[in-house]
Amino acid sequence: MSEYYLFHDSSKCIGCLSCEVHCKENKRLPVGPRLCRVMTVGPKMVGGLPKVDFIFMPCFHCERPWCVAACPTGAMQKRAEDGIVFVNEELCVGCKACMRACPWGVPQWNPETGKAVKCDYCKDRVDKGLEPACVAKCVTKCLHFGRPEQMVDSRRERHAKAMAAVGWEVTLRQPTAPASKPRKPPVRKQAE
Amino acid sequence: MHKEVYSICFMCTVRCPIKVTVEDGAVRWIEGNPHQLKGALCAKGSAGTALLNDSERLRYPMIRVGARGEGRWKRVSWEEALAYSAEKLQEVISKHGPESVVFGERQNLNTHLSKTFMRALGSPNHYTHDALCKGSVNTAFRTLTGYTDAQVTIDYANCKHIVLYGRNIFESLELKPIQALMDAMEKGSRITYIDTRATITASKAHRFWLIRPGTDLALNYALMNVILRENLYDETYVNRWVSGLNELRGFVEAMTPEWAEEETGIPAEEIVALAREISRDKPQVVFHYGYRGANHTNEIYFRRSIIMLNALMGSIESKGGLIIKKTAKDAGYGAFAKLVDQEGLPKPKAPRFDGVGGDLLPICDPAHGVGQQLPLAILKEQPYPIKAAISYRFDPLLSIPDYNQNKRAFDKLDFILTIDVNFSETAWYSDVVLPESMYLERSDSLQMADGPRPTIYMRRQCVPPRYDTKPYWEIIKLLAENLGVGKFFPYNTIEDIWNYQLKDMGIPLEKFEAKGFVALSDKPIIWDRKDGIKFKTPSGKIEFISSLMEEKGFASLEPYQSPSAPPEGMFRLTVGRNAVHTHVSTQNNPYLNELVPTNVLWINTVEAAKLGISDGQYVEVSSDQGWGRIKAFVTDLIHPEAVFMLHGFGRQVPVTTRCYNKGASDTALQKNITDMVGGSPGLHDTFVRVRPA
Ligand code: SF4
Ligand code: SF4
Ligand code: SF4
Repeated sequence: MSEYYLFHDSSKCIGCLSCEVHCKENKRLPVGPRLCRVMTVGPKMVGGLPKVDFIFMPCFHCERPWCVAACPTGAMQKRAEDGIVFVNEELCVGCKACMRACPWGVPQWNPETGKAVKCDYCKDRVDKGLEPACVAKCVTKCLHFGRPEQMVDSRRERHAKAMAAVGWEVTLRQPTAPASKPRKPPVRKQAE
Repeated sequence: MHKEVYSICFMCTVRCPIKVTVEDGAVRWIEGNPHQLKGALCAKGSAGTALLNDSERLRYPMIRVGARGEGRWKRVSWEEALAYSAEKLQEVISKHGPESVVFGERQNLNTHLSKTFMRALGSPNHYTHDALCKGSVNTAFRTLTGYTDAQVTIDYANCKHIVLYGRNIFESLELKPIQALMDAMEKGSRITYIDTRATITASKAHRFWLIRPGTDLALNYALMNVILRENLYDETYVNRWVSGLNELRGFVEAMTPEWAEEETGIPAEEIVALAREISRDKPQVVFHYGYRGANHTNEIYFRRSIIMLNALMGSIESKGGLIIKKTAKDAGYGAFAKLVDQEGLPKPKAPRFDGVGGDLLPICDPAHGVGQQLPLAILKEQPYPIKAAISYRFDPLLSIPDYNQNKRAFDKLDFILTIDVNFSETAWYSDVVLPESMYLERSDSLQMADGPRPTIYMRRQCVPPRYDTKPYWEIIKLLAENLGVGKFFPYNTIEDIWNYQLKDMGIPLEKFEAKGFVALSDKPIIWDRKDGIKFKTPSGKIEFISSLMEEKGFASLEPYQSPSAPPEGMFRLTVGRNAVHTHVSTQNNPYLNELVPTNVLWINTVEAAKLGISDGQYVEVSSDQGWGRIKAFVTDLIHPEAVFMLHGFGRQVPVTTRCYNKGASDTALQKNITDMVGGSPGLHDTFVRVRPA
């Protein structure tokens, strides 16, 4: 695992897919490779309300990255100082071994260069003290980048704030509205 | 070379403030202006670079050589294109008079120049796309408050409960409201969402009602019934600011929650619960007035009912409610100048083509007109023959319901001119196409954004035009010069226009450098709720019984009419948006097309089963107007009487290769029918037949 943690607060995410474009814009990618994906699950009824789940999928920057192990040329590397897993384009020969090896389909194919390309937490930006592209411009600010210990604290803080705002009882029972069961549709009336 | 430029996005009409990083003459990065948006930007905003570099946008002036819509063009110089256009327009004007020329645009920062141009020609026929989106919202606001909807805004940050009628706020993406609403929700604000299908906004709401299509008005009358019966309204406010309460009381007396349950399918006790719950948070509550929800030919009454609910809650001109936008004058400055107000500009005498201000549509807003009347006026030659259409960043063929009828109407025109960035359907069907530089390649007129804190924004050119394109302010001046009316465009550079706009305000242009905008007030200006609200109705109050309507013979309160259910095997076609595309202008953008390349037809599980349609299968959708082929999305979460599709697909311009022929076109299916009081099209008044393809 890298030293960083990219936390996605899915309750605030609206599935607008903007982060995917921010990422592509920053890396100047052609149509095809999508380095982070927001996968939408739903809508389905949960407790009388429609729910949509969003799963944010960048690279996990694994502790023991399968992609690095699979790469025959040493192009796929793990940065010693912070554990960011990235492709060194110059060494990549386009053999696609990393794409086969990663269990989550993270490495992507760049048809323009004929090489693999993947999420590197925007290390160019991070090294300048900036946030990754997806995080910096997320519409609802539901993506957070930092050290794992800070992230956990910010979640606790958020939860505490929500409690303070609406009170314990309500928070535990969210959503509180009487569930609307869409009834059987009214009898069809005379057509036009 | 590295530089940072503050500007204004224009991937959609929201126009968020942006900061653009330019490296060695190329746009490297666009982010939301950190002074206002915490740097956030939507997918469209980031895809601005993809538009900039797109070779499938309009790249040079063209004159048609083949038949209309055949796609054979001659590339010409700007001089030739402008001279040819002027000659054609002159021909039409000398034969049929200046009123035979109609100009349509999507409202934008240069609208004052377009209006100047039409006035200079002597034609009253300038219209914007506004009526198509919200004509009846505008009219409803004016009948009640004297202000248009555009002169009112919502204080999301302090709102405690917001009710949304099909207002799919999290997929229609306006960055500032979304951020403010998200923050408010973290502090405990609640959302009630009412729609005929479960959108992403529904999934964020605390209460969701799947309503029978077209019955939103019945729901509102029942809410009023409860509010008045149980005295849940803001008495002090209503006594001071509302007239016609007794008439309303009598009118809604019979419209009980039980009655509304029959109509809407929403349980009566839940309607009562909402009325009670929301009144506890008044006046920091909002019944959202725009923009989808039931779009029918009686929409004016639905929109009025929403605004009246706000009035009953005392939420108009309240913190956390609706706030009337303040102007430069309210902030103690001189007025922001528009070129169309210059002296000596002729006032055209002919009536408008669309009947606005005349007998046909007496109370609609002449500042916008009613655009969907254009094909009807051309076909019927009423009130007079229309022979030339100019469209600027607006695609009437694809935006006005009934694509096939629109084409038949355009066939009757002697001259079609389009000024745009994109190869729109209308551009493809034009005689001359003048390509505009895209927003990162041009500066524009300043934006005066009225609001609680009136603010002026500046769009500034970031990079030189990549192709043979020009900014609109230059194009329209050159066209005017070719037509002999150049004297009404007394500028040579964009700075001249800026200085003209600011001439009475005493704000130097340098002030825009630091942040890209200049705020005219430090604090929000909110009028005193006891005595200071300046309603612009004749009575100075919110008029439940509207003098504007009554004078023209319209009832202020119309008996409710139940919408008919579609016949067996047919459905009410409903339309809307998602977060990735803007109306009809982004479907071919490489990045955005990659995310959402087509549309699908939402259809209820039970109904789909009856028709033998399974999820993902192709279906044929047809109406009296046209048909389309599209994949079905089978779900429990749409009302059985409705089907839904995203607007703007099923495109017919072959050179826009990415979106060509993808999905189905809602425009091809819809009939062109209008709320003749308010001015909105009845976008949800078409029944379609669906069968496996
Ligand atoms: S930009 Fe933010 S809100 Fe939008 S999909 Fe990505 S993570 Fe979610
Ligand atoms: S590409 Fe896959 S295997 Fe490699 S670090 Fe990322 S998630 Fe792990
Ligand atoms: S919402 Fe998106 S596309 Fe629209 S103006 Fe803002 S950033 Fe641009």
